Amino acid sequence: MAETTAFELVTPARVMMAVDASMVVIPGSLGLFGAMPRHAPTISTLQRGVVEVYVNGNVNSRIMVDGGIADVTEDKCVILAERAVTLDNTNRSDIESQRQTADTNGNTRELEFLDAVLAAL
Amino acid sequence: MANLKDLKNRIRSVKSTQKITSAMKMVAAAKLRRAQDNAEAARPYAARMSAIINSLASKASPETAPTMLVGTGAEQRILLVVLSADRGLCGGFNGSIIRATRREVERLKGEGKTVDLLMVGRKAKDALKRELGDLIVDSREGIQGTAVSFADIDSIADVIRARLENGELDRCLILYNRFISAITQEVTLSSLIPVEVVETEAADEDSASSAPYEYEPDEATVLEDLLPRNLSTQIYTAILESSASELAARMTAMDNATRNAGDLIDRLTMEYNRRRQAAITTELIEIISGAEAL
Repeated sequence: MAETTAFELVTPARVMMAVDASMVVIPGSLGLFGAMPRHAPTISTLQRGVVEVYVNGNVNSRIMVDGGIADVTEDKCVILAERAVTLDNTNRSDIESQRQTADTNGNTRELEFLDAVLAAL
Repeated sequence: MANLKDLKNRIRSVKSTQKITSAMKMVAAAKLRRAQDNAEAARPYAARMSAIINSLASKASPETAPTMLVGTGAEQRILLVVLSADRGLCGGFNGSIIRATRREVERLKGEGKTVDLLMVGRKAKDALKRELGDLIVDSREGIQGTAVSFADIDSIADVIRARLENGELDRCLILYNRFISAITQEVTLSSLIPVEVVETEAADEDSASSAPYEYEPDEATVLEDLLPRNLSTQIYTAILESSASELAARMTAMDNATRNAGDLIDRLTMEYNRRRQAAITTELIEIISGAEAL
């Protein structure tokens, strides 16, 4: 079995995902970068974008994050994000109803983020 | 002197009180489970965040570091964020926070500092409005329980950030009940600005064993991005801890109240029976002595 990096996506509410990935594509603020095993230790800020998790060479899951920070070491890849929505088997109408709530609460950041999620779905 | 009817009413009223307190206890216990899970689920995020901050903070020089990390250097204006509950009936929960606030304000004033208060939760605000009302700069309600959203937290963090930028605060402290166990909560004072840098041995080992980090775009930008997030995270975890503590305190208080009501019911029932028998005896004596007189 090929080498893997221990990927974790942590939001304030919970550890959203923890898998051993062969590569993670991260939307860094200086552009996309792929974190593979034995990547140089890096701390990078993120921009709003999609994190792609590759397991055994295939995209296993895609997660939309609204900025955050990535802590990559040789065998670990930890992403801290305040807002994150997984794009696999997510119901469009769920997001739309969340968007409605954000709209009524006047929560513009949440609104923009959910719009981006809808666009990426 | 209470007669039989009064006693009976009294017993009935205590019984209904007992029903209410035992229901509140159950509700608090069920919610506590959820709040505790929430508080525990939030820990990994906060722990990782402070690990990154720690490693960055050890590199930053005090002169160039952002004020959010090291404070303004002066210690004159202090903002104290106080977390209490919106509702009462939770034992010493609010009382201990109020007492601690009063003590802390007095201590800081004694040192000649200017203190501002930001009250989260209705109870402490109401209790301190009279004596410390002019110190309260802002207050929030309804941010607690099992559904705390990050947007609520941001509204608190924004106040702190704005005051820092306007030069209206040098230090920011937060006072809350830390959840230790269902029976113990501890009033805790911790510092939001400057950030508390914990030098742990584990962290030292970590940095020694692994290669130095690369920062993208660069250390200062990462730190600038991270510090506001860290502020929100600190507040968020404190609020979750405080909510769990509130529910735990309520559960314990209501458990005691239920037990006390039980004791009271026993005593009143005993008294009631004694009176009833005394009344019967008196009646019997009256009848017998009446019959004997014939």
